[in-house]
Amino acid sequence: MIEVHDLTKRYGDRAAVNGIRFTAEKGQILGFLGPNGAGKSTTMRMLTGFLPPSGGSARVAGFDVTTQSEEVRRRIGYLPENPPLYPEMTVRSYLTFVARLKGVTRGRVRGACDDAIARMGLAEVEGRLLAHLSKGFKQRVGLAQALVHDPEVLVLDEPTIGLDPRQIIEIRSLIRGLSGDRTVILSTHILPEVSQICDKVVIINEGRVICEDSRENLTRDATLEEVFLRLITADTAEREAPEPAPRPEDGA
Amino acid sequence: MRNVFTIAGREFRSIFTSPIAYVVLTGFLLLGGWFFFNLVARFNLLVSMYSSFQQMGDTATRLNLNEFVLAPLLQNLAVILVILVPMITMRSFAEEKRTGTYELLLTSPVGTGQIVIGKFLGAAGFITIMVGLTSIYGIILAAFGNPELGVMVSGYLGLLLLALSFVAVGLFASSLTENQIIAAVTGLVMLLLLFVISWPADSAGETLGAILRYVSVTEHFGEMVQGIIDTKSLIYFASMVIGWMFLTQRSVESIRWR
Repeated sequence: MIEVHDLTKRYGDRAAVNGIRFTAEKGQILGFLGPNGAGKSTTMRMLTGFLPPSGGSARVAGFDVTTQSEEVRRRIGYLPENPPLYPEMTVRSYLTFVARLKGVTRGRVRGACDDAIARMGLAEVEGRLLAHLSKGFKQRVGLAQALVHDPEVLVLDEPTIGLDPRQIIEIRSLIRGLSGDRTVILSTHILPEVSQICDKVVIINEGRVICEDSRENLTRDATLEEVFLRLITADTAEREAPEPAPRPEDGA
Repeated sequence: MRNVFTIAGREFRSIFTSPIAYVVLTGFLLLGGWFFFNLVARFNLLVSMYSSFQQMGDTATRLNLNEFVLAPLLQNLAVILVILVPMITMRSFAEEKRTGTYELLLTSPVGTGQIVIGKFLGAAGFITIMVGLTSIYGIILAAFGNPELGVMVSGYLGLLLLALSFVAVGLFASSLTENQIIAAVTGLVMLLLLFVISWPADSAGETLGAILRYVSVTEHFGEMVQGIIDTKSLIYFASMVIGWMFLTQRSVESIRWR
């Protein structure tokens, strides 16, 4: 469903994403894991056609993200890190707008919105202005806009960031319920999130994939936290990064 | 086409739900009303002055509403549009970039050209209403005086075309930045330049002078206010709108080059 081959994004000399490759199958929830600044958002923006890759290629639902961008965009639902909301619109008018924009046929716009509203539990706020919603509801509207056109692939960039624990649990269970025949890519730096909802884990550090495996394999002998720390530390040491990370020295 | 109207509709409604639109509209009509009142008052004074002198009574009949009220009114409104149109267009792209909705637009199966045309139509709709409301002054003149209708219609058409070109320039300015203030100031400076670019035309030599005159909005608008609808002017305004929209599209698309 998603095949990424040596995908690279350079800003001047600096490579934000440096030749990463991974795949995701239909129906999988793939956790895209990495420290802040590892290149998660940049990768997602390339997959969704927002940014062009500097090198490499990626196919989403069988279409190339560079040469068949519009076909890819038709089949993808994307929740950026900040939900893209127009504060002056109501929940329903916003979802109607997005549904039209995503190419939902005229007769089905209403039904698609009803569906997304029901699924994300937005019925009680559908007439409210987006500006007046709580952060949790805004995030749910963000998810609703990502799936209003019933896409084959969902790309969610840090969907639970900034939410309170109850909202996090809600959003996670919503995401869990979204898979099925959809492929979901979810970026996060919150490890328990991955252990709870993902089938497959891709760990990236400084723009490179350092691990791609199923969650069960990774967590067979150790917790995901231990695996993640071990891999990241080893990778960073191997690179002998010119700027050592400012972390407290281990004096003992 | 459906995408264009979807975007245009949202843009239009969003302008109307923002307080900026009402401030701009109020300011425009307030200033317009003030100019109109003063021009009519001055016209009345001139008429009564000239008619009170027996030997100049002839001149009084030659005083003309189009020339003494409508033409200066439209010229003044054009100057206000230079300042106010960028206030309306400043949000269109800059705000989307700031809030992140730009990502939604650009990851939707919609072409960048469609986005730009949609945004233009949305803002153009608002500006057309704004200019349209000033036709009340023309209606008042027609009801209580006898202006030449053809000249009046030509003048208003000129004002509308001028405003639409300004919208295209403003959109371009907005597409360059994610800061609304920068967008507004850039738009304002560009429009002012277009307005005054023909000033050195007389001393700039034959070729350059002609070019400066052709590029300046003032020349084409001035002709239309006098009732001259020249194809050259129509082509000028059309190419302004299309040219600036093309540049806007390139600017939006440029995110894909970096």
